[in-house]
Amino acid sequence: MAVLTRFLGDISLAEEAVQEAYATALERWPKAGIPPSPAGWIIATARNKALDRLRRESTRADRERAAQLLADQEESEEQEESEEHDVRDDHLRLIFTCCHPALASEAQLALTLRLLGGLTTDEIARAFLVPVSTMAQRISRAKAKIRDAGIPYRVPEVAELPARLRAVLMVVYLIFNEGYSASSGDQLVRPDFCDEAIRLGRQLAELLPEESEVIGLLALMLFIDARRDARAAGGNFVKLADQDRDSWNQLHIEEGRYLLRICLERNRPGPYQLQAAINAVHCDAPTTADTDWQQILMLYDQLMAIAPSPVVALNRAVAVAELDGADRALRLVDEIELPQYHLFHAVRADFLRRLGRSADAAAEYQIAIEKCANKMERDFLVRQYRSLADK
Amino acid sequence: MKQYLLSVCYPAGGSQPAPAALRKIMSDVTALQKEMQSAGVWVFSGGLHAADSATVLRHQNGDIVLTDGPFVESKEQIGGITIVTVADLDAALFWARKLASATTTPIEVRPFTEYGD
Repeated sequence: MAVLTRFLGDISLAEEAVQEAYATALERWPKAGIPPSPAGWIIATARNKALDRLRRESTRADRERAAQLLADQEESEEQEESEEHDVRDDHLRLIFTCCHPALASEAQLALTLRLLGGLTTDEIARAFLVPVSTMAQRISRAKAKIRDAGIPYRVPEVAELPARLRAVLMVVYLIFNEGYSASSGDQLVRPDFCDEAIRLGRQLAELLPEESEVIGLLALMLFIDARRDARAAGGNFVKLADQDRDSWNQLHIEEGRYLLRICLERNRPGPYQLQAAINAVHCDAPTTADTDWQQILMLYDQLMAIAPSPVVALNRAVAVAELDGADRALRLVDEIELPQYHLFHAVRADFLRRLGRSADAAAEYQIAIEKCANKMERDFLVRQYRSLADK
Repeated sequence: MKQYLLSVCYPAGGSQPAPAALRKIMSDVTALQKEMQSAGVWVFSGGLHAADSATVLRHQNGDIVLTDGPFVESKEQIGGITIVTVADLDAALFWARKLASATTTPIEVRPFTEYGD
């Protein structure tokens, strides 16, 4: 897709051509056998289908375009050795196009999942709980805007790169978060979204190895994903402190540590690297009691200094509770404004419970339960709430 | 190359900036126009009188009827336009950013349709 989009300069045309090529493959491969390079075959076939179509539809402008493309093709065939390199560059171009700031963030997410994640419009619509027709319209509108507004299909220049990269990393991390903690529904985790985000993260790290935040994001996702199975044991949500640490994915943790060491050597900290470091500290502790909360608090302080947000302040308060007690932590939480976030209420309820203020804790758990849209997390909060009454 | 319309938007019925601020805006906008011209991207620029100076013509039963006032009463009005010819949206946004700083108003960027579109 990415290769063809560059070649044709039009995402919709590329998509139709790829679909036609797959249809031809379905007819031909069972009889003739699978060609030695299936991906290459699809690209070549789709390229020819698109050229045919441009010639057929033949307004003069299209014929001129087809002729130009044909000339370009002959030229590019001379450089077949760099083909693999081109494919990687094309992915990078496509992701920057999908995450262009002139597109609304929901359109960026949908386009990235559709064009780079290869998810169907149906799957994306289901994930975001909108009707399929709404999602189809959102995607086709975004594609039309890319074409009509002339959103370029290229990697931004050095001066623009940091700001543009931030948008790309945010889209990838949003996809990951939607997978790791489904914002709604019965399932706690959507593994396909996590895997897809990590795959995109790896791709970005391979394409932009000099960008420490790209490496940091990949490390962060690997650390969090390592706990994916432990977090949903036996169909129930398990909080970090109670997880079976032996079931954490050690390969992911090792890779995350390796990436984090690269970041440390470069010493260009950023929000994703710091969050990865915090998660590394959790992963380093053989038991919950061994967790180095001092180190975690220090990292949160650094994070608050470069990227302050109410969510970071809330997480910092959790570390404070471990070090200085729930009383101090509660005072910090009461200064944070996050009334719509269920975890804000869950954290506050937990502090109140620890302080023995059962009635206040119960009321707070009720709000948390009300605000929580994920069934498994809600069940967990209900269990916490009930255990309060048992005492 | 594509052409883009950069429109200067402002809320209807808003008050004019103070004279000193207005002088600064005018000189910044003029400087930017020169910059666009020497970069070879400038096609046209112009400021517009208020929307109530407009006249609308409509087809009606085979006749053309004139009405006094703007086509639509809207909360946002267009105070002026600039047209640039550039390679792509990123290049148009580069100039639009400068225009937004110079005018201190929102700028709407819209692509023109092309032959064959």
